[in-house]
Amino acid sequence: MRGLIFKEIDDLVIDSLGIVAFISFFVGGVVSIQTALNLTNPLIPKYLIGFATRQSVILEFAPTFISIIMAGKMGSFITSSIGTMRVTEQIDALEVMGVNSLNYLVFPKIIALLLYPFVIGIAMFLGVLGGWMAGVYGGFTASNEFIQGIQTEFIPFHITYAFIKTVVFAMILATIPSFHGYYMKGGALEVGKASTVSFVWTSVVIILVNYILTQLLLTN
Amino acid sequence: MIEVKNVEKSFGESKVLKGISATFDAGKTNLIIGQSGSGKTVLLKSLLGIFTPDVGTISFDGRIYSELSADEKRALRTEIGMVFQGSALFDSMTVEENIGFPLKMFTTKSPEEIRERVNTVIDRVNLVNANHKKPSEISGGMQKRVAIARAIVNNPRYLFCDEPNSGLDPKTAIVIDNLIHEITVEYNITTVVNTHDMNSVMEIGDKIIFLKNGILAWEGSKKDIFKTDNEAIVDFVYSSNLFKKIRKAQNKEE
Ligand SMILES: Nc1ncnc2c1ncn2[C@@H]1O[C@H](COP(=O)(O)OP(=O)(O)O)[C@@H](O)[C@H]1O
Ligand SMILES: [Mg+2]
Repeated sequence: MRGLIFKEIDDLVIDSLGIVAFISFFVGGVVSIQTALNLTNPLIPKYLIGFATRQSVILEFAPTFISIIMAGKMGSFITSSIGTMRVTEQIDALEVMGVNSLNYLVFPKIIALLLYPFVIGIAMFLGVLGGWMAGVYGGFTASNEFIQGIQTEFIPFHITYAFIKTVVFAMILATIPSFHGYYMKGGALEVGKASTVSFVWTSVVIILVNYILTQLLLTN
Repeated sequence: MIEVKNVEKSFGESKVLKGISATFDAGKTNLIIGQSGSGKTVLLKSLLGIFTPDVGTISFDGRIYSELSADEKRALRTEIGMVFQGSALFDSMTVEENIGFPLKMFTTKSPEEIRERVNTVIDRVNLVNANHKKPSEISGGMQKRVAIARAIVNNPRYLFCDEPNSGLDPKTAIVIDNLIHEITVEYNITTVVNTHDMNSVMEIGDKIIFLKNGILAWEGSKKDIFKTDNEAIVDFVYSSNLFKKIRKAQNKEE
């Protein structure tokens, strides 16, 4: 079992770090530039660039939009690998041997995705870093202004909120694609279709759960 | 010995097995033959417990499967080996890991003991130079050998094979058929093989049951199959010109 968990950590978590880092850094940069370009009124302080970047990256971009991207990357990997095992009767082979196949295939993924908050933590850090670099080296703001913005009206609960979402999304990412693969019927063509359907459902559920959690946690 | 009594199985509206009764003896290769779609795989998977029959019972040397407790079912599973149609080897594991998998999961054997047993069965199925390869790196015939090795590694009392020579050239197919037959006799296993290949029937058919549209339309041995006048089986067996000629020749001799 331990070997399986390490393999899933490698396939799901480690393998995603590169793309997550790349996307976060550049999207953080774009958020910062867009905010700067929209602050045309000289009365509005420049530190809002840092503030806006921090808020959008930590509250939504890193937890929610990276998860949607992961629904594509991790999700279709999970659906297609389990789906392939289904259509090539590898799941039947496990069952015949007396292995609880659902447990054997899904449980290691759930455990591996307990590391998902680290991925999102990295996305948050790199998103803000990208914003800072784009802002400062693009000449939109001074470094100290940006950092002042990052520290402005910092509400620790926002971090908690972001990570609560992250943990819930991790479970969605581990389970919904697994079930689409596990319960699929047909052949190789259907594996591709199942991956697409699984991506759509995983994204829809993430977006809806995001809405519900935001309503529950941030409003009162 | 496996006894099948009046087994029925439907998927939604379509009734695939319509009351099958048969016995399969130990030390014999029992063949289930029939056209594609006649219900062979469904019957085999019902024997394996992958499908639960809607009606009827299946008993393994007196143990009626549906009446066993979860623990007893698990114990029975360890006595069963299965060779799937497409081999169903685990892609992510090497040949050696595939074969050792049932031992690793279900026995208390040490890694050394497992390796020893794995090498014994690898020798038995004549696999050479494949231990550390992945299934995708070996030929279809070799994959079948690996699948057979994995099925027999835990000394099964019952062995099931779903179209073991599908996708193989005729020569390799016969080698694989004979390997299954030899193992069956050597270890006194109750073996049930699905096939639509008449070569297999002639090579290894100790006992044959013929399915047609979910009904057991004929049963007998490979010798009987030339003599029978049963229309359904004659139609099935002698659909090829080769076998038509054989039948003509045989009938002339008599
Ligand atoms: N899991 C399933 N769900 C619904 N129908 C099935 C299922 N498995 C098999 N069938 C149907 O049962 C019939 C017999 O199939 P099968 O036993 O695979 O035939 P074969 O003799 O070629 O092995 C086919 O019509 C097939 O469509
Ligand atoms: Mg079949």
